[in-house]
Amino acid sequence: MTTTVLNAASDSEGGFTAPGPASFELPPVFSIGDFDVTKPMLLLALSVPLIVGFFWAASKNKAVVPGRLQFVGEYVYGFVRNGVARDSIGSHDFLKFVPLLFALFTFVLVNNYFSLIPFLQFPSFSRFGFVVPLALLVWVVYNGVGVARHGLVGYLKHVTVPGGIKGPILALIIPLEFLSTILVRPATLALRLFANMFAGHLLLILFATGAAYLILDSGNPWYAPVGVLSFVMGILVSFLELLVLFLQAYVFTLLTAMYIGGALADEH
Amino acid sequence: MYSTILATAAEGEEHNPLIPILSEVVLSLVVFAILYFLVRKYVVPNFEKAYAERTAAIEGGIEEAQSAQKEAQAALEQYTAQLADARHEAAAIREEAREQGAQIVIEMREQAQAESARIVSQAQAQIAAERQQAIAQLKSEVGGMATELAGRIVGESLADTDAQRRSVQRFMDELEGSAN
Repeated sequence: MTTTVLNAASDSEGGFTAPGPASFELPPVFSIGDFDVTKPMLLLALSVPLIVGFFWAASKNKAVVPGRLQFVGEYVYGFVRNGVARDSIGSHDFLKFVPLLFALFTFVLVNNYFSLIPFLQFPSFSRFGFVVPLALLVWVVYNGVGVARHGLVGYLKHVTVPGGIKGPILALIIPLEFLSTILVRPATLALRLFANMFAGHLLLILFATGAAYLILDSGNPWYAPVGVLSFVMGILVSFLELLVLFLQAYVFTLLTAMYIGGALADEH
Repeated sequence: MYSTILATAAEGEEHNPLIPILSEVVLSLVVFAILYFLVRKYVVPNFEKAYAERTAAIEGGIEEAQSAQKEAQAALEQYTAQLADARHEAAAIREEAREQGAQIVIEMREQAQAESARIVSQAQAQIAAERQQAIAQLKSEVGGMATELAGRIVGESLADTDAQRRSVQRFMDELEGSAN
């Protein structure tokens, strides 16, 4: 398949065409009327039965002494519940946010790891459209619980006026704090996840197609060793990606929990 | 597949990846809402229940262990007290036995002394009686014997000192023989 791609590329431009943003515009797998269903959409939808199926199976026994499956499930659940939610939000309020944080974490994690699973091989969240609603949801939630806790004015004061600061410096601090807490947070949250997935996947495509082109299609045998190097780099980057995919899911969930915790906190 | 991509790329329809596509936004929201609902309804309660049961089991175990420890402590104290009592009692018994033993020894000694005194006095009395008897017998016999001896001496020749001596000798032998 790749060779045909590259042949096509060679035919049209007479050489190697580096992958770019266009590589993320997959053609529709099928269409319902005018609505095109693409691979990322299917992957996103697939993640739900995978997550719910696994964790339902892992938790349905509710055993005091867990079996192997339940242990794995509880390990992940405990990681989000205790390691992320409780530590960031505090033991008083965290429990009602655990479903949201757990759903976010597993949703991002599974969709990220799709990028390294053979045949799936696409990180859903390299589509910015998938990330934006999650970040907006987080924004609504942490501001919502903040307003519910402190009242609208109280929350804005809580967010924009750091404790212990008085006088004219507030004229500078308040807009900055408002900007960083209310406006910038959802943007960075969305961009961080999207850009990591996008760049990681792009890098993998580059090394894979580059290796194929250099070894098979360049027509110059001297390029083959470089192609092998490119292939090895692709494998190494895959291992790096294994880490990045997890880290991004963790960071997304952790930041969400910290934003909620910060909005609920009594004082700075 | 890629050829199509490249074709579209070549057609100049390149989509800016930072512009979200509405259908994807809606889909992501819907899918996540479904996931959230399912996780909240079917996954989290199960895990929380397992957690709660485990916590209860552990706390129950700890309480049980604490009560068991208390019981053991109480039993130990009881046993120690009983042991002390028993030691005390044993010491008292031993003391009593020693006193009794001493008493018995003293009594036995007194008894033995009394017995020996009794035996001695009895023996003395018997000896005295026998002596008395012997004296009486001797008294009654000495007269007879003297008379008999005198008769014999007179019966034989008084001048014959040899015969006289023999006669005394014979008498003495007879006396010894009768004594035997």
